[in-house]
Amino acid sequence: MRIKLLFTCFLIISFTGTKLQAQDSSLLKMLNDAMGVNAKPMYVTGTFKALHLVNMQTIEGPANGVLNFQVQHRFGALNSGSYNFFGLDNANLRLGLDYGISDRLAVGIGRSSLEKTFDGYLKYKLFRQTVASEAMPISVSLLGTISSYTLRHIDKPYLNAKYRTAYTGQLLLAKKFASFSIELTPTLLHYNLVPTPQDHNNIFALGIGGRLKLSNRMSLIGEYNYMPTGQLLTTGLHNSMSFAWEIETGGHVFQLVFSNSQSMIESQYIGQTTGSWGKGDIYFGFNISRVFNLKKNK
Amino acid sequence: MKKCILFFVLLIAFYSSSYSQLYVTRTGFVGFYSKTPLEDIKAENNQVYAVIDAGKKNIAFSLLLKGFVFTKELMQEHFNENYVESDKYPKANFSGVYTGDVTPGKEGVYKVTVKGNLTLHNVTHAIEIPATLETKAASLIGNAEFTVKPEDYNMTIPSIVRSKIASTMTVKIKINSIIAK
Repeated sequence: MRIKLLFTCFLIISFTGTKLQAQDSSLLKMLNDAMGVNAKPMYVTGTFKALHLVNMQTIEGPANGVLNFQVQHRFGALNSGSYNFFGLDNANLRLGLDYGISDRLAVGIGRSSLEKTFDGYLKYKLFRQTVASEAMPISVSLLGTISSYTLRHIDKPYLNAKYRTAYTGQLLLAKKFASFSIELTPTLLHYNLVPTPQDHNNIFALGIGGRLKLSNRMSLIGEYNYMPTGQLLTTGLHNSMSFAWEIETGGHVFQLVFSNSQSMIESQYIGQTTGSWGKGDIYFGFNISRVFNLKKNK
Repeated sequence: MKKCILFFVLLIAFYSSSYSQLYVTRTGFVGFYSKTPLEDIKAENNQVYAVIDAGKKNIAFSLLLKGFVFTKELMQEHFNENYVESDKYPKANFSGVYTGDVTPGKEGVYKVTVKGNLTLHNVTHAIEIPATLETKAASLIGNAEFTVKPEDYNMTIPSIVRSKIASTMTVKIKINSIIAK
Protein backbone atom coordinates (compact mmCIF):
# COMPACT_ATOMS: atom_id res chain seq x y z
CA MET A 1 0.00 0.00 0.00
CA ARG A 2 2.62 2.45 1.14
CA ILE A 3 4.92 1.52 -1.69
CA LYS A 4 2.09 1.95 -4.14
CA LEU A 5 1.33 5.39 -2.74
CA LEU A 6 4.96 6.42 -2.85
CA PHE A 7 5.17 5.26 -6.40
CA THR A 8 2.07 7.27 -7.36
CA CYS A 9 3.45 10.36 -5.70
CA PHE A 10 6.73 9.86 -7.45
CA LEU A 11 4.87 9.63 -10.73
CA ILE A 12 2.97 12.82 -9.96
CA ILE A 13 6.18 14.66 -9.15
CA SER A 14 7.96 13.53 -12.25
CA PHE A 15 4.89 14.36 -14.32
CA THR A 16 4.61 17.84 -12.79
CA GLY A 17 8.31 18.31 -13.34
CA THR A 18 8.14 17.51 -17.03
CA LYS A 19 5.04 19.60 -17.42
CA LEU A 20 6.84 22.61 -15.97
CA GLN A 21 9.81 21.92 -18.15
CA ALA A 22 7.58 21.95 -21.21
CA GLN A 23 6.01 25.18 -20.05
CA ASP A 24 9.39 26.83 -19.65
CA SER A 25 10.57 25.92 -23.11
CA SER A 26 7.36 27.32 -24.51
CA LEU A 27 7.25 30.71 -22.84
CA LEU A 28 6.73 32.01 -26.34
CA LYS A 29 3.66 29.88 -26.81
CA MET A 30 2.27 31.28 -23.60
CA LEU A 31 2.88 34.83 -24.86
CA ASN A 32 1.26 34.12 -28.16
CA ASP A 33 -1.76 32.58 -26.46
CA ALA A 34 -2.10 35.69 -24.29
CA MET A 35 -1.80 37.85 -27.40
CA GLY A 36 -4.52 35.87 -29.14
CA VAL A 37 -6.87 36.32 -26.19
CA ASN A 38 -6.24 40.06 -25.92
CA ALA A 39 -6.13 40.74 -29.67
CA LYS A 40 -7.72 44.02 -30.64
CA PRO A 41 -9.07 44.46 -34.16
CA MET A 42 -6.52 46.11 -36.42
CA TYR A 43 -7.29 48.07 -39.54
CA VAL A 44 -6.33 46.68 -42.90
CA THR A 45 -3.90 49.03 -44.60
CA GLY A 46 -3.11 49.60 -48.23
CA THR A 47 -6.37 48.36 -49.76
CA PHE A 48 -5.32 50.65 -52.58
CA LYS A 49 -2.03 52.47 -52.97
CA ALA A 50 -3.35 55.64 -54.54
CA LEU A 51 -6.33 57.91 -54.14
CA HIS A 52 -7.51 56.94 -57.62
CA LEU A 53 -7.83 53.50 -59.16
CA VAL A 54 -7.57 55.04 -62.62
CA ASN A 55 -10.36 57.61 -62.72
CA MET A 56 -12.49 56.25 -59.90
CA GLN A 57 -11.63 57.43 -56.40
CA THR A 58 -10.60 54.75 -53.94
CA ILE A 59 -11.69 54.39 -50.31
CA GLU A 60 -8.25 55.68 -49.31
CA GLY A 61 -7.55 59.23 -48.20
CA PRO A 62 -4.33 61.02 -47.34
CA ALA A 63 -3.28 60.38 -43.73
CA ASN A 64 -3.90 63.07 -41.13
CA GLY A 65 -1.83 66.12 -41.98
CA VAL A 66 -0.57 64.74 -45.27
CA LEU A 67 -0.81 66.72 -48.49
CA ASN A 68 -1.00 64.70 -51.68
CA PHE A 69 -0.13 66.35 -54.97
CA GLN A 70 -1.42 64.70 -58.09
CA VAL A 71 -0.77 65.08 -61.78
CA GLN A 72 -3.20 63.18 -63.98
CA HIS A 73 -2.55 63.32 -67.67
CA ARG A 74 -4.37 61.86 -70.69
CA PHE A 75 -3.12 62.23 -74.24
CA GLY A 76 -5.48 62.38 -77.22
CA ALA A 77 -7.13 59.31 -78.73
CA LEU A 78 -4.82 56.66 -80.18
CA ASN A 79 -6.94 56.52 -83.36
CA SER A 80 -6.54 60.22 -84.12
CA GLY A 81 -3.99 59.44 -86.82
CA SER A 82 -0.35 60.09 -87.58
CA TYR A 83 -1.04 63.81 -88.16
CA ASN A 84 -1.85 64.11 -84.44
CA PHE A 85 1.02 61.73 -83.61
CA PHE A 86 -1.55 59.16 -82.46
CA GLY A 87 -2.96 61.43 -79.81
CA LEU A 88 0.30 62.60 -78.26
CA ASP A 89 -0.19 66.14 -79.63
CA ASN A 90 -3.24 66.66 -77.46
CA ALA A 91 -3.67 66.33 -73.77
CA ASN A 92 -6.00 66.77 -70.87
CA LEU A 93 -4.26 67.52 -67.62
CA ARG A 94 -5.66 67.51 -64.12
CA LEU A 95 -3.69 68.96 -61.26
CA GLY A 96 -5.01 68.01 -57.87
CA LEU A 97 -4.29 68.63 -54.21
CA ASP A 98 -5.68 66.36 -51.51
CA TYR A 99 -5.31 66.91 -47.80
CA GLY A 100 -6.07 64.71 -44.80
CA ILE A 101 -7.92 66.79 -42.19
CA SER A 102 -8.10 63.78 -39.91
CA ASP A 103 -7.44 60.06 -40.33
CA ARG A 104 -10.95 59.74 -41.72
CA LEU A 105 -11.79 63.02 -43.45
CA ALA A 106 -10.11 64.23 -46.63
CA VAL A 107 -10.66 67.26 -48.81
CA GLY A 108 -9.45 67.79 -52.36
CA ILE A 109 -9.45 70.32 -55.17
CA GLY A 110 -8.51 69.99 -58.80
CA ARG A 111 -8.39 71.73 -62.12
CA SER A 112 -8.66 69.92 -65.47
CA SER A 113 -7.76 71.48 -68.76
CA LEU A 114 -10.67 69.69 -70.48
CA GLU A 115 -13.43 72.30 -70.58
CA LYS A 116 -11.37 74.27 -68.03
CA THR A 117 -13.07 72.46 -65.17
CA PHE A 118 -12.67 73.05 -61.45
CA ASP A 119 -13.60 70.31 -59.04
CA GLY A 120 -13.64 69.69 -55.34
CA TYR A 121 -14.52 66.82 -53.06
CA LEU A 122 -14.96 65.66 -49.49
CA LYS A 123 -14.34 62.05 -48.59
CA TYR A 124 -15.07 60.39 -45.27
CA LYS A 125 -13.97 56.93 -44.18
CA LEU A 126 -17.09 55.59 -42.51
CA PHE A 127 -15.91 52.04 -41.77
CA ARG A 128 -12.49 50.50 -42.08
CA GLN A 129 -11.92 46.82 -42.77
CA THR A 130 -10.21 45.01 -39.91
CA VAL A 131 -7.71 42.18 -39.99
CA ALA A 132 -9.28 38.73 -39.91
CA SER A 133 -12.59 40.38 -40.84
CA GLU A 134 -14.00 39.72 -37.39
CA ALA A 135 -15.31 43.16 -36.59
CA MET A 136 -15.61 44.80 -40.01
CA PRO A 137 -15.40 42.78 -43.21
CA ILE A 138 -15.29 45.73 -45.62
CA SER A 139 -14.23 49.35 -45.82
CA VAL A 140 -16.85 51.99 -46.59
CA SER A 141 -16.16 55.58 -47.56
CA LEU A 142 -18.53 58.37 -48.55
CA LEU A 143 -17.59 60.72 -51.35
CA GLY A 144 -19.23 63.95 -52.41
CA THR A 145 -17.89 65.89 -55.38
CA ILE A 146 -18.74 69.12 -57.13
CA SER A 147 -17.48 70.25 -60.53
CA SER A 148 -17.95 73.32 -62.67
CA TYR A 149 -16.54 73.95 -66.13
CA THR A 150 -15.50 77.44 -67.12
CA LEU A 151 -14.87 77.09 -70.85
CA ARG A 152 -16.36 80.16 -72.58
CA HIS A 153 -19.29 79.58 -74.93
CA ILE A 154 -19.98 82.90 -76.69
CA ASP A 155 -23.02 81.41 -78.45
CA LYS A 156 -24.61 80.31 -75.12
CA PRO A 157 -24.78 83.41 -72.92
CA TYR A 158 -27.28 81.74 -70.59
CA LEU A 159 -24.63 79.28 -69.34
CA ASN A 160 -24.08 80.65 -65.86
CA ALA A 161 -22.16 79.05 -63.04
CA LYS A 162 -25.25 77.21 -61.82
CA TYR A 163 -25.86 75.54 -65.17
CA ARG A 164 -22.23 74.57 -65.45
CA THR A 165 -22.17 72.75 -62.11
CA ALA A 166 -22.65 69.04 -61.47
CA TYR A 167 -22.57 66.96 -58.29
CA THR A 168 -21.88 63.34 -57.49
CA GLY A 169 -22.45 61.31 -54.39
CA GLN A 170 -20.73 57.96 -54.13
CA LEU A 171 -20.70 55.12 -51.69
CA LEU A 172 -17.29 53.45 -51.92
CA LEU A 173 -17.31 49.84 -50.76
CA ALA A 174 -14.03 47.96 -50.79
CA LYS A 175 -12.53 44.74 -49.58
CA LYS A 176 -8.91 43.67 -49.54
CA PHE A 177 -8.05 40.02 -49.95
CA ALA A 178 -4.42 38.87 -49.74
CA SER A 179 -3.09 40.42 -52.93
CA PHE A 180 -6.34 41.49 -54.54
CA SER A 181 -8.60 44.42 -53.66
CA ILE A 182 -12.01 45.11 -55.09
CA GLU A 183 -14.19 48.21 -54.96
CA LEU A 184 -17.84 48.77 -55.77
CA THR A 185 -19.22 52.28 -56.10
CA PRO A 186 -22.94 52.98 -56.42
CA THR A 187 -23.11 56.53 -57.76
CA LEU A 188 -25.71 59.25 -57.91
CA LEU A 189 -24.89 61.97 -60.43
CA HIS A 190 -26.72 65.27 -60.72
CA TYR A 191 -26.33 67.70 -63.63
CA ASN A 192 -27.90 71.12 -63.14
CA LEU A 193 -28.28 71.29 -66.91
CA VAL A 194 -28.65 68.44 -69.38
CA PRO A 195 -28.71 68.81 -73.20
CA THR A 196 -32.36 67.88 -73.84
CA PRO A 197 -35.59 67.72 -71.79
CA GLN A 198 -35.60 63.93 -72.23
CA ASP A 199 -32.28 63.55 -70.44
CA HIS A 200 -32.47 62.93 -66.72
CA ASN A 201 -30.81 65.35 -64.34
CA ASN A 202 -30.31 62.64 -61.75
CA ILE A 203 -28.39 59.67 -63.00
CA PHE A 204 -27.57 56.40 -61.34
CA ALA A 205 -24.39 54.52 -62.18
CA LEU A 206 -22.40 51.65 -60.73
CA GLY A 207 -18.63 51.45 -60.83
CA ILE A 208 -16.53 48.38 -60.17
CA GLY A 209 -12.78 48.31 -59.93
CA GLY A 210 -10.00 46.03 -58.78
CA ARG A 211 -6.31 45.98 -58.07
CA LEU A 212 -4.13 42.91 -58.35
CA LYS A 213 -0.73 43.03 -56.68
CA LEU A 214 1.94 41.51 -58.91
CA SER A 215 4.75 42.23 -56.46
CA ASN A 216 5.24 44.46 -53.44
CA ARG A 217 5.59 47.50 -55.65
CA MET A 218 3.68 46.70 -58.81
CA SER A 219 0.01 46.08 -59.52
CA LEU A 220 -2.50 45.84 -62.32
CA ILE A 221 -5.68 47.85 -62.08
CA GLY A 222 -8.97 47.73 -63.96
CA GLU A 223 -12.22 49.63 -63.59
CA TYR A 224 -15.60 49.78 -65.29
CA ASN A 225 -18.39 52.30 -64.78
CA TYR A 226 -21.80 51.02 -65.80
CA MET A 227 -24.53 53.57 -66.47
CA PRO A 228 -27.95 51.98 -67.10
CA THR A 229 -29.32 53.17 -70.44
CA GLY A 230 -32.32 55.47 -70.82
CA GLN A 231 -30.99 58.14 -68.48
CA LEU A 232 -28.84 60.19 -70.82
CA LEU A 233 -30.10 60.04 -74.42
CA THR A 234 -27.20 61.96 -75.92
CA THR A 235 -25.98 59.75 -78.72
CA GLY A 236 -22.66 58.03 -78.64
CA LEU A 237 -22.19 57.72 -74.90
CA HIS A 238 -20.19 54.75 -73.68
CA ASN A 239 -19.47 53.23 -70.33
CA SER A 240 -16.04 54.19 -69.10
CA MET A 241 -13.50 51.36 -68.91
CA SER A 242 -9.89 51.85 -67.88
CA PHE A 243 -6.78 49.85 -67.10
CA ALA A 244 -3.57 50.83 -65.40
CA TRP A 245 -0.20 49.47 -64.43
CA GLU A 246 0.82 50.83 -61.04
CA ILE A 247 4.37 51.23 -59.80
CA GLU A 248 5.21 52.46 -56.33
CA THR A 249 8.55 54.04 -55.52
CA GLY A 250 8.96 55.47 -52.04
CA GLY A 251 6.71 58.52 -51.70
CA HIS A 252 5.53 58.34 -55.33
CA VAL A 253 2.81 56.29 -56.95
CA PHE A 254 3.01 56.12 -60.71
CA GLN A 255 0.25 54.70 -62.91
CA LEU A 256 0.35 54.12 -66.66
CA VAL A 257 -3.20 54.36 -67.91
CA PHE A 258 -5.33 53.26 -70.86
CA SER A 259 -8.93 54.48 -70.90
CA ASN A 260 -11.77 55.34 -73.25
CA SER A 261 -12.40 58.49 -71.17
CA GLN A 262 -10.22 61.52 -71.54
CA SER A 263 -11.65 63.13 -68.44
CA MET A 264 -10.72 62.24 -64.88
CA ILE A 265 -13.56 63.66 -62.81
CA GLU A 266 -16.75 61.82 -61.93
CA SER A 267 -19.30 64.06 -63.64
CA GLN A 268 -17.40 63.77 -66.93
CA TYR A 269 -16.05 60.23 -67.15
CA ILE A 270 -19.22 58.56 -65.87
CA GLY A 271 -21.78 60.57 -67.83
CA GLN A 272 -19.90 62.07 -70.75
CA THR A 273 -17.57 59.41 -72.10
CA THR A 274 -17.88 59.38 -75.86
CA GLY A 275 -14.86 57.22 -76.65
CA SER A 276 -15.28 53.58 -77.53
CA TRP A 277 -12.68 50.86 -77.00
CA GLY A 278 -13.96 49.07 -80.12
CA LYS A 279 -13.30 52.03 -82.37
CA GLY A 280 -9.90 52.67 -80.88
CA ASP A 281 -10.75 55.85 -78.95
CA ILE A 282 -8.20 54.93 -76.37
CA TYR A 283 -6.51 57.58 -74.30
CA PHE A 284 -3.07 56.79 -73.01
CA GLY A 285 -1.83 58.68 -69.98
CA PHE A 286 -0.49 58.56 -66.47
CA ASN A 287 -1.25 59.48 -62.88
CA ILE A 288 1.58 60.53 -60.60
CA SER A 289 1.19 61.34 -56.96
CA ARG A 290 3.59 62.57 -54.34
CA VAL A 291 2.96 63.00 -50.63
CA PHE A 292 4.19 65.78 -48.37
CA ASN A 293 3.98 65.59 -44.59
CA LEU A 294 2.75 68.95 -43.38
CA LYS A 295 2.19 67.97 -39.76
CA LYS A 296 4.91 66.54 -37.58
CA ASN A 297 3.49 63.65 -35.58
CA LYS A 298 5.47 63.73 -32.36
CA MET B 1 -0.44 8.14 5.56
CA LYS B 2 -1.84 11.70 5.74
CA LYS B 3 1.61 12.99 6.68
CA CYS B 4 2.98 11.28 3.65
CA ILE B 5 0.51 12.98 1.29
CA LEU B 6 1.10 16.36 2.93
CA PHE B 7 4.81 15.87 2.55
CA PHE B 8 4.49 15.16 -1.14
CA VAL B 9 2.09 18.03 -1.73
CA LEU B 10 4.57 20.36 -0.09
CA LEU B 11 7.36 18.82 -2.10
CA ILE B 12 5.47 19.42 -5.33
CA ALA B 13 4.75 23.01 -4.36
CA PHE B 14 8.39 23.60 -3.49
CA TYR B 15 9.53 21.84 -6.62
CA SER B 16 7.35 23.98 -8.88
CA SER B 17 8.20 27.29 -7.22
CA SER B 18 11.89 26.70 -7.50
CA TYR B 19 11.51 25.86 -11.15
CA SER B 20 9.41 28.74 -12.32
CA GLN B 21 9.32 32.37 -11.32
CA LEU B 22 7.46 34.25 -14.01
CA TYR B 23 7.56 37.98 -14.59
CA VAL B 24 5.26 39.22 -17.34
CA THR B 25 4.23 42.40 -19.13
CA ARG B 26 1.90 43.34 -21.96
CA THR B 27 3.16 46.88 -22.33
CA GLY B 28 6.82 46.41 -23.09
CA PHE B 29 8.59 48.83 -25.38
CA VAL B 30 10.52 48.11 -28.57
CA GLY B 31 11.70 50.90 -30.83
CA PHE B 32 13.92 50.94 -33.87
CA TYR B 33 15.77 53.83 -35.38
CA SER B 34 17.50 54.49 -38.66
CA LYS B 35 19.60 57.56 -39.31
CA THR B 36 20.79 58.72 -42.73
CA PRO B 37 21.61 62.21 -43.96
CA LEU B 38 18.41 62.17 -46.05
CA GLU B 39 15.86 60.74 -43.68
CA ASP B 40 15.50 59.65 -40.06
CA ILE B 41 13.16 56.82 -39.29
CA LYS B 42 11.70 56.24 -35.86
CA ALA B 43 9.22 53.48 -35.06
CA GLU B 44 7.99 52.56 -31.63
CA ASN B 45 5.79 49.81 -30.23
CA ASN B 46 4.42 50.02 -26.70
CA GLN B 47 2.41 46.82 -26.79
CA VAL B 48 5.15 44.27 -26.53
CA TYR B 49 4.41 41.05 -24.67
CA ALA B 50 7.32 39.75 -22.66
CA VAL B 51 7.86 37.05 -20.07
CA ILE B 52 10.93 36.34 -17.97
CA ASP B 53 11.33 33.17 -16.00
CA ALA B 54 13.75 34.22 -13.29
CA GLY B 55 13.98 30.63 -12.03
CA LYS B 56 15.10 29.12 -15.29
CA LYS B 57 16.59 32.32 -16.70
CA ASN B 58 14.43 32.05 -19.78
CA ILE B 59 13.09 35.03 -21.62
CA ALA B 60 10.62 35.52 -24.46
CA PHE B 61 9.17 38.44 -26.41
CA SER B 62 6.37 38.68 -28.88
CA LEU B 63 4.99 41.72 -30.68
CA LEU B 64 2.66 42.61 -33.49
CA LEU B 65 4.48 44.40 -36.30
CA LYS B 66 1.37 46.48 -36.98
CA GLY B 67 1.84 47.91 -33.49
CA PHE B 68 4.84 49.96 -34.61
CA VAL B 69 3.95 53.63 -34.87
CA PHE B 70 6.06 55.71 -37.25
CA THR B 71 6.35 59.46 -37.45
CA LYS B 72 5.13 59.31 -41.05
CA GLU B 73 2.04 57.35 -41.98
CA LEU B 74 3.43 56.38 -45.39
CA MET B 75 6.54 54.87 -43.80
CA GLN B 76 4.29 52.78 -41.59
CA GLU B 77 2.37 51.56 -44.62
CA HIS B 78 5.56 50.73 -46.53
CA PHE B 79 6.98 48.95 -43.48
CA ASN B 80 3.91 46.74 -43.18
CA GLU B 81 3.22 46.23 -46.87
CA ASN B 82 6.63 46.04 -48.47
CA TYR B 83 9.22 45.13 -45.88
CA VAL B 84 7.92 42.98 -43.03
CA GLU B 85 4.74 41.93 -44.90
CA SER B 86 2.72 41.97 -41.71
CA ASP B 87 -0.38 40.52 -43.35
CA LYS B 88 1.58 37.31 -43.99
CA TYR B 89 3.86 37.40 -40.95
CA PRO B 90 2.10 39.47 -38.28
CA LYS B 91 4.52 38.87 -35.39
CA ALA B 92 8.13 39.18 -34.43
CA ASN B 93 9.29 36.78 -31.72
CA PHE B 94 12.29 36.23 -29.55
CA SER B 95 12.93 33.38 -27.20
CA GLY B 96 16.12 32.61 -25.37
CA VAL B 97 18.03 32.45 -22.14
CA TYR B 98 20.16 34.87 -20.18
CA THR B 99 23.32 34.41 -18.17
CA GLY B 100 24.42 36.26 -15.07
CA ASP B 101 23.76 35.99 -11.36
CA VAL B 102 20.43 37.65 -10.97
CA THR B 103 18.72 37.27 -7.63
CA PRO B 104 15.02 37.95 -8.03
CA GLY B 105 13.36 39.94 -5.28
CA LYS B 106 16.63 41.48 -4.11
CA GLU B 107 17.13 44.98 -5.47
CA GLY B 108 20.03 45.48 -7.80
CA VAL B 109 21.14 46.05 -11.37
CA TYR B 110 22.81 43.19 -13.19
CA LYS B 111 24.65 43.00 -16.50
CA VAL B 112 23.53 39.95 -18.39
CA THR B 113 23.99 38.41 -21.82
CA VAL B 114 20.86 37.34 -23.66
CA LYS B 115 21.14 34.55 -26.20
CA GLY B 116 18.35 33.23 -28.34
CA ASN B 117 16.47 33.18 -31.60
CA LEU B 118 14.89 36.23 -33.18
CA THR B 119 12.17 35.51 -35.73
CA LEU B 120 11.12 38.27 -38.07
CA HIS B 121 9.61 38.11 -41.55
CA ASN B 122 9.68 34.31 -41.37
CA VAL B 123 13.47 34.30 -40.90
CA THR B 124 15.09 33.12 -37.66
CA HIS B 125 18.57 34.13 -36.57
CA ALA B 126 20.45 33.32 -33.41
CA ILE B 127 21.48 36.54 -31.69
CA GLU B 128 23.48 37.38 -28.62
CA ILE B 129 23.11 40.76 -27.00
CA PRO B 130 24.28 42.46 -23.82
CA ALA B 131 21.48 43.71 -21.59
CA THR B 132 20.79 44.92 -18.08
CA LEU B 133 18.28 43.47 -15.66
CA GLU B 134 17.15 45.49 -12.69
CA THR B 135 15.45 43.59 -9.90
CA LYS B 136 12.90 45.14 -7.61
CA ALA B 137 10.64 43.66 -4.95
CA ALA B 138 8.00 42.44 -7.38
CA SER B 139 9.32 43.37 -10.78
CA LEU B 140 12.14 42.84 -13.25
CA ILE B 141 13.17 45.69 -15.54
CA GLY B 142 15.05 44.77 -18.69
CA ASN B 143 16.94 47.11 -21.02
CA ALA B 144 18.85 46.31 -24.17
CA GLU B 145 20.13 47.94 -27.30
CA PHE B 146 21.41 46.16 -30.37
CA THR B 147 21.48 46.42 -34.15
CA VAL B 148 19.60 44.54 -36.84
CA LYS B 149 20.22 44.45 -40.57
CA PRO B 150 17.00 44.35 -42.63
CA GLU B 151 18.79 42.30 -45.29
CA ASP B 152 19.42 39.50 -42.76
CA TYR B 153 15.67 39.06 -42.48
CA ASN B 154 15.06 38.76 -46.19
CA MET B 155 13.88 42.32 -46.69
CA THR B 156 15.10 43.89 -49.89
CA ILE B 157 15.34 47.63 -50.03
CA PRO B 158 15.03 49.01 -53.56
CA SER B 159 17.93 51.14 -54.77
CA ILE B 160 15.72 54.21 -55.11
CA VAL B 161 15.13 54.41 -51.35
CA ARG B 162 18.39 52.75 -50.29
CA SER B 163 19.97 56.08 -49.38
CA LYS B 164 17.08 56.89 -47.03
CA ILE B 165 17.19 53.68 -45.00
CA ALA B 166 20.23 52.86 -42.88
CA SER B 167 21.83 49.48 -43.47
CA THR B 168 21.68 48.73 -39.76
CA MET B 169 18.81 49.67 -37.50
CA THR B 170 19.32 50.43 -33.83
CA VAL B 171 16.81 48.53 -31.75
CA LYS B 172 15.98 49.59 -28.21
CA ILE B 173 14.11 47.39 -25.76
CA LYS B 174 12.68 48.35 -22.41
CA ILE B 175 10.40 46.10 -20.42
CA ASN B 176 9.02 46.43 -16.95
CA SER B 177 7.69 43.00 -16.05
CA ILE B 178 5.68 42.27 -12.92
CA ILE B 179 5.71 39.04 -10.98
CA ALA B 180 2.94 36.71 -12.14
CA LYS B 181 0.45 35.61 -9.51
